[in-house]
Amino acid sequence: MHELSVCQALVEQAERIARERQARVIRLMLTIGPLSGVESELLRRAFPLASAGTCCEGAALEILAAPVTVFCPDCTATSEVAANKLLCPECGNWRTSLASGDEMVLQTVELETRNANDNESTRQR
Amino acid sequence: MCDTCGCNITPGNKHLVEAGGKFSHSASGHESVEVLQNLLSENDHQADHNREHFHRHGVLVINLMSSPGAGKTSLLEATVRALGDKLGIAVIEGDLETENDAQRLRECGIPAVQITTGSACHLDAHMVHQALHQMSLDNIDVLFIENVGNLVCPASFDLGQHINVALLSVPEGDDKPAKYPVMFRAVDAVLLSKTDLLHVLPEFSPQRAETALRSLASDAPLLNVNVRSAEGLQPWLDWLGEQISVFKSARETGAMGHFRPVTGQRHVLTHPHLSQFTPRENDG
Repeated sequence: MHELSVCQALVEQAERIARERQARVIRLMLTIGPLSGVESELLRRAFPLASAGTCCEGAALEILAAPVTVFCPDCTATSEVAANKLLCPECGNWRTSLASGDEMVLQTVELETRNANDNESTRQR
Repeated sequence: MCDTCGCNITPGNKHLVEAGGKFSHSASGHESVEVLQNLLSENDHQADHNREHFHRHGVLVINLMSSPGAGKTSLLEATVRALGDKLGIAVIEGDLETENDAQRLRECGIPAVQITTGSACHLDAHMVHQALHQMSLDNIDVLFIENVGNLVCPASFDLGQHINVALLSVPEGDDKPAKYPVMFRAVDAVLLSKTDLLHVLPEFSPQRAETALRSLASDAPLLNVNVRSAEGLQPWLDWLGEQISVFKSARETGAMGHFRPVTGQRHVLTHPHLSQFTPRENDG
């Protein structure tokens, strides 16, 4: 439900980076874990709306899903688990710590540098 | 998760940014900028700013979250009635529309600022910051932020609070923590509210609710609360008193930034392993 706000924050962040380099955003790569509270599919649908009229408009949005994994301090196992079953599947301990699964991270922004831009406009002509 | 020390690289995404990983290179003529920032870093930045403001005033801030109608405002009214003489309490109210809740609390004699979010389903750090401009924190010990009634979105936004509390009311059902893991994982205490209804809703099992909560690797205490009686409110007041006294000691030593809520004190379950319990089959 709050994916539009998250998407707007994403676009602002990418715009800042693009503005510094005076470039256009080609691709945004994110990692999203199920425990971040953000639904990747809704983020994808919100992106065209949030990016309209910005330097991210038309950019590709690549979202990689991070698995939910927990580390068990008792038996030292790291295991992939369901988002609502964070128990250690090896020994049943519930006092585990989350190793991954709550990411909501902008990994990289791919920009079209000025040279590439020139090439492209040449090609278009 | 911070954005500076590299802890955003987790086992879930490490392979992507390492040499040869999917995110490590880009097409020619393109520049790939590694960002590794939380998408809500702007919000988190504002939340830190809010927290500094709270620390300057020595105020403990508690974010109250739940479904709509779980009893957040009633809990606050009862809390003010019980502690209003001894404690400076203020409230920031979040709702989509109306001043109703802030009005209810002002009638209890405390300052309350209403944020109406329009259609936004959660409060964010910027909204709280704006509300703080309308509120003096002088002589305030505890500020409650009553979030928008919603078990999904509020969990993702840091407001600058010290403690997250969720209410789970008996009529909602005992499997809520299994259904909304993002929210219930994030909280420092769960209040089972409206426990006066347990006798007419025998299908609600506090034990099952606790099993679902522990399944999220949470050691947050589950407190039975019924705001209609003094005894029913006492577990919450005891827990709150404990947090306040720990916060006050942190305030005296200037270590408010290191304050952590006291959790894991009042477990119904004492055995550290849940495998002996049989959670309901359909709680996925």
